[in-house]
Amino acid sequence: MTTDEREIRQTLAQALVSLAERDERIVVLDADLMSCHATKCFKERFPERFFNVGIAEQNMIGVAAGMATMGKIPFAYSFAPFATRRCYDQIFISVAYSGLNVKIIGSEPGVAAEANGGTHMPFEDMAIMRAIPKMVCFEPTDAAMMEKALPQIADYPTAVYVRMFRKKAAKIYDESLEFELGKAITLKDDGKDVTLIASGIMVERALQAADILAEQGIGARVVNMHTWKPIDVEAVKESAEKTGAIVTCENHNIYGGLGGAVAEVAARECPVPMETVGINDEFGQVGKNAYLSEVYHITTADIVNAAKKAISRK
Amino acid sequence: MDASQSQSLTVKARQLRDDAIQTIGTFGVGHIGGVLSVMDALTVIFYSKANIDPKNPRKQDRDRVIMSKGHAGPAMYVVLADLGYFPKEWLKTLNKNGTNLPSHCDMQKTPGIDMTAGSLGQGLSVAVGMAMAAKLDKNPATIYCIIGDGEAQEGQIWEASMLAGSRKLDNLVVMLDYNKMQLDGKVSDINDIYPVVDKWKSFGFYVQEIDGHDIEAISDAIDNAKGSGRANMIVLNTVKGKGASFAEAAANCHSMTITEDMWRKETGRYDV
Repeated sequence: MTTDEREIRQTLAQALVSLAERDERIVVLDADLMSCHATKCFKERFPERFFNVGIAEQNMIGVAAGMATMGKIPFAYSFAPFATRRCYDQIFISVAYSGLNVKIIGSEPGVAAEANGGTHMPFEDMAIMRAIPKMVCFEPTDAAMMEKALPQIADYPTAVYVRMFRKKAAKIYDESLEFELGKAITLKDDGKDVTLIASGIMVERALQAADILAEQGIGARVVNMHTWKPIDVEAVKESAEKTGAIVTCENHNIYGGLGGAVAEVAARECPVPMETVGINDEFGQVGKNAYLSEVYHITTADIVNAAKKAISRK
Repeated sequence: MDASQSQSLTVKARQLRDDAIQTIGTFGVGHIGGVLSVMDALTVIFYSKANIDPKNPRKQDRDRVIMSKGHAGPAMYVVLADLGYFPKEWLKTLNKNGTNLPSHCDMQKTPGIDMTAGSLGQGLSVAVGMAMAAKLDKNPATIYCIIGDGEAQEGQIWEASMLAGSRKLDNLVVMLDYNKMQLDGKVSDINDIYPVVDKWKSFGFYVQEIDGHDIEAISDAIDNAKGSGRANMIVLNTVKGKGASFAEAAANCHSMTITEDMWRKETGRYDV
């Protein structure tokens, strides 16, 4: 699998500039992390529509909500823990409960926080955001997906949380990608034994796991569940019906995360054996992505093992 | 403001206080103290200063009024009902099942409410965002935001104040309802916010301190604020429960039970 030629953060920033050229409602806010989010291009093109509010995330969300009441579509950026956990009540009350249309970009999800360590390593961001009524929770897989998602995010009538890997991701898609928020993408549909439902950096690992399983005579479907909420119920049902076993793959705590979201649907609609590859109720720590993935058991090998276990439980 | 206008606003404020006492009394319990302490400021804002249109409550260039101390919702409701944003009959539904008038302000339920509030400290950040967006759009709106003194213990108030002062948001008029009492007792005993004038001055605000029950002083302070070139703070020295004898006499009137006998006696309204 190849690495993307574009960083997701640069792709989003440039796409925001393009969108802002034709939609004057677009404004960008940051809490002193402009350099980390490559939003300088937006600031240079639209200096009056870029607001670095300083290191005050709670205030940033309130300011964004105030701008939304005036008709703006604000995109508010921070590292994922500070864009969600740090200002959760502000997102809950000033944005969601107030029915305001603010887009929240949280970067460096899960083990991607690497050297910033446990304080910056959100394994719970999607869980807490998913608990906010009507909040859309989206995790792009690569630059092409981020680019195609942006106009949909801007057009979506409610608040959206984007859990964004900042750098060059594994390239899964190219410019021909067409997709909808809330509609999962089936990447591999020929397996009959198990479906791997993955998101973010785990999509690449799920595809690799499917190849390894195929070599061992096990057929695995792979579904990219990029939108955790609203979750694609039909895609979960289809997975259960076609393969009779599901493994979820997430760079996030399995409590309240993608595993939880899929299990909620499966238990209600189509109970089948399920395994959840993800962080098992741990805090983060410093380390490289590859090292941390071993420590927290979210590697390709972990997915392979989980798939076999799920199949054995049929 | 001439004497006759001042006199008519004083009469209006008394009527609105009676409406609030009756409204909360009809439900039986509520945040009467902080509702009555801001009534004179709301009267001046809504009846002599704000560019608003009850028939077009969402017009883009209107002035905004954010009741950040959201528990004073009923103070807003009696004003909005009186101005015709919704039927006065609605006041009888306060806090009842299915109402459009919840105890804390809700912009999705109540016509004329510009922002939801209830989790303290959040309204000021929203007001700052409105003021910044208004400047971006060259929208002439003035953004009024009323915060409580207990609310000023929230850190977000100071995050928002820092940004407002730093950006010289002269279209922002913040009012501090300085009634010196919070739910559990005296602000000065619990976590003192004094000296408020010095604090907001040091944050870059143009600060005025006035008697929050003096109609003319409130009017003058708002006029002064509009030419200040800075974010504005008007410290309203107020009395919690002002204008309801039972509330003023209570040891703490943040929230209290109000019987039918109490509200009828206080308002002299025996025929409604």
